[in-house]
Amino acid sequence: MTQSSLDLSGGGNINANGAAGAALLSVEDLSVQFAGHTVVDRISFTLESGERMALVGESGSGKSVTALAILRLLEQARVSGAIRLGGEDLLRKSERAMRGLRGADVAMIFQEPTSAFNPLYSVGNQIVETLMLHEALDAGPARRRAIELLDRTGIAEPGRRVDSLPHQLSGGQRQRAMIAMALACRPRLLLADEPTTALDVTIRAQIIDLLLELQQEAAKERGMGVLLITHDLNLVRRFAHKVAVMERGRLVERGPVETIFTAPQHPYTLKLLNAQPQRDLLPVLPIAPVLLQAHAVTVSYPMRRPGLAGLFRSARFDAVSAASLSVRQGETVGVVGESGSGKSSLAMALLGLQRAAEGSVEFHGRPLTHYRGRDSRRVRANLQAVFQDPYSSLSPRHTIERIVGEGLALHHPELDATVLRDKVIAVLREVGLDRTILQRYPHEFSGGQRQRIAIARALVLEPQIMVLDEPTSALDVSIQLQVLKLLAQLQQKFNLAYLFISHDLDVIRAMAHRVVVMQDGHIVEQGATEVVLATPSHPYTRQLIKASLFHQ
Amino acid sequence: MSQAMSSTPRVLVSPTPRQRIWARFRRQRLGYWSLLIFLSLFVISAAAPLWSNDRPLVVRYQHTWYFPLVKTYPELTFGGDFPTPADYLDPFIKDRFQGPGDFALYPLNHYSYDTLNYFASAPNPAAPSRENWLGTDDRGRDVFARLLYGFLVSVTFALVLTAIGTVLGIIAGALQGYFGGRLDLTAQRLIEIWGALPELYLLIIFASIFQPSLLLLVILLSLFGWLGLADYVRAEFLRNRSQDYVKAARAMGLSSWQIIWRHVLPNSLTPVITFLPFRMSAAILALTSLDFLGLGVPPSTPSLGELLAQGKANLDAWWISLPTFGILVATLLLLTFMGDALRNAMDTRVADHGGGVLPVAGLSAALPPTADESLRDGGPA
Repeated sequence: MTQSSLDLSGGGNINANGAAGAALLSVEDLSVQFAGHTVVDRISFTLESGERMALVGESGSGKSVTALAILRLLEQARVSGAIRLGGEDLLRKSERAMRGLRGADVAMIFQEPTSAFNPLYSVGNQIVETLMLHEALDAGPARRRAIELLDRTGIAEPGRRVDSLPHQLSGGQRQRAMIAMALACRPRLLLADEPTTALDVTIRAQIIDLLLELQQEAAKERGMGVLLITHDLNLVRRFAHKVAVMERGRLVERGPVETIFTAPQHPYTLKLLNAQPQRDLLPVLPIAPVLLQAHAVTVSYPMRRPGLAGLFRSARFDAVSAASLSVRQGETVGVVGESGSGKSSLAMALLGLQRAAEGSVEFHGRPLTHYRGRDSRRVRANLQAVFQDPYSSLSPRHTIERIVGEGLALHHPELDATVLRDKVIAVLREVGLDRTILQRYPHEFSGGQRQRIAIARALVLEPQIMVLDEPTSALDVSIQLQVLKLLAQLQQKFNLAYLFISHDLDVIRAMAHRVVVMQDGHIVEQGATEVVLATPSHPYTRQLIKASLFHQ
Repeated sequence: MSQAMSSTPRVLVSPTPRQRIWARFRRQRLGYWSLLIFLSLFVISAAAPLWSNDRPLVVRYQHTWYFPLVKTYPELTFGGDFPTPADYLDPFIKDRFQGPGDFALYPLNHYSYDTLNYFASAPNPAAPSRENWLGTDDRGRDVFARLLYGFLVSVTFALVLTAIGTVLGIIAGALQGYFGGRLDLTAQRLIEIWGALPELYLLIIFASIFQPSLLLLVILLSLFGWLGLADYVRAEFLRNRSQDYVKAARAMGLSSWQIIWRHVLPNSLTPVITFLPFRMSAAILALTSLDFLGLGVPPSTPSLGELLAQGKANLDAWWISLPTFGILVATLLLLTFMGDALRNAMDTRVADHGGGVLPVAGLSAALPPTADESLRDGGPA
């Protein structure tokens, strides 16, 4: 082992090329079954050393299970076929031998860096642990290596950050530290399972660039291959040499990245490629009245002040400061920003669910707080919301009929049961679901169907405005497209106004008439979507657009 | 979407969450049978006055029907010498029912929990015999009858205590968890102070101030019994109130009480229900311990703890301590098994295995294909 200053690329690794001539990783007829249910169905692919391959598919396609099968980390699963790493079949190895392999020869980067680190130990500690275990380094040299690695992955002040606990790092920094940990023992194969999904768009580009750079460096030295698992095809185009597309556990198409993108064969691949949302909006009528207007709304939360002072008085944290915007009938106003920019707090304030510390929200020209009694009820019915997570937005113990009908029963107590049911059935039909689901429970439905039910619940009250808080972010691309199309149809049919919150500029570009860009609680720019996206005036908007174009 | 509309309009009925939990519970053999056995024991002991009593069920004496079970007759009625209530175990009275056409239908066991056997052939405590199935205690009372009634008292006491504690705990936890903020902060501190009171000493002090009775015990133990549960309910409420379905309900215009009652509470009951059997066994154990120490129920009340104390005082009378110990262990075991099964039944991480008890299991397959499903987005993970 050389003592080169940059040990990431440290050469002379005995494992470098394994058995001569064998591919770095070759998966043959791999099948994985859980309790008789086949999750991965006879897939085969090879990854040559120094190659970057992407495994693409939507959730439930079995791509993550494949990665875990390579590491033999699946419990209670029946795995058959062969997984050869440099010619050796991993499925025949003992658990003990696998433990020596994991982290050393095959390393993995997980989607959620927050949960992949142990919160009780410093990141440096966790990198050092791997090094001491697999490379038999002493504590001193291991620590120096860890600092080098953190420096290499672009973390500022690595000498200080090495002692930081995971929660003290930002999301991007955590993922960098995760990469440093994965690369610590100079693996031959790196499995990256959705490494950027949990990150903000502007960070995503940086992380992918970093991965690309590190791989190119390591490929020269020891032929490190990367298997990238993702649902994001645009990422793949930028990163990978080869692509394998998975659908419901089967490998439906594979080939070089250019071929897949220019001449896709399988309809499923085609579908994934065409999942870019298309703009299909009616212009807002010039005479359309302003429904909802926010005047310099500030939303603030009490924050504990440090030390003794915290006992007496709490500090104020402004999640939204002095935001003004208006929504007209039939108009979609897109609110875009990264996590923590105050989008959701603004939405809660506009819905009247979060009291504005300063400023006011007006519905039909009258402040929300001035509505009383029956009027206030009517406002409630007119201001409806759809939330991001389809798994937590439906009460798990109620039937679909009850979930959708609850608001109706509250706002129209005069309706009898049959009328109520007919209305529920009608609105379910609007969102593309039929009456057979009335007596069923949310857990029986997929994410897209649940989101449709959530839309039906909002729609049944015949609102004028719907606040959509990242309504498609938790959905797969093709489902996202369907839900967006449904929302556009409903808007045209009922002349609805939308306040559409998203971090995804592509979605905003397709859906919004006007766009509002938020950063750290401030509205930094707003205007007609085409204008803002074509000629952004604020540097942050430009940064966002650049990050989103990166995906093209 | 077009597919969804064209599919046949038949309404599929899914099992309610309650039915699913019940089906899952029934699949846990040990817990399910424990529940059945426990319920039967409870019913049998509740019917004890009918089959373990010192009064005949029906008496036919000189062409008249008497019902001593519900009415107290003086000894004079049956030809005795005194106007005192008749002692039906007195050989003289028994003898009176031997006349032609007369009879007395005695219960299976001739003793109630407080019947003193004045006509015992052996000194007290007497070993098991045909007369006294499990012998007598040191005052000549039938051990079997005392065990039977003692079990009933223990279980009833535990049920009442658990019910009160659960209701109080849910109310306190729900208010703190749902409203949070200053209310939560204040209530937590008050609960901490309350919880720091020395419970046992208070019990001892109150037991010496007031006439000891079951009611007093229920009140005293209830004062502290809800503390632990309130914390669990509070945590569940804190978690559930930030869920999107609560936000949606607020956006719909539901009042706080409606949201708590319809949305948050039903989704927060898992720890409450799971702990029910364990709380019951804790209550039984508490009553037994207090009785054992002599701080519990008044002397004549049948109680397992009092029997254990007698067993300790009369070590050679194995027939007192051994069956009591057995009953206590069996009861606690049954409750623990039930609690385990209930916990497994409510653990959503364990999948429902298809083809279970309910014919409707594995419904996802029967779902009409919608546009979504044709692409399979995720599925209910």
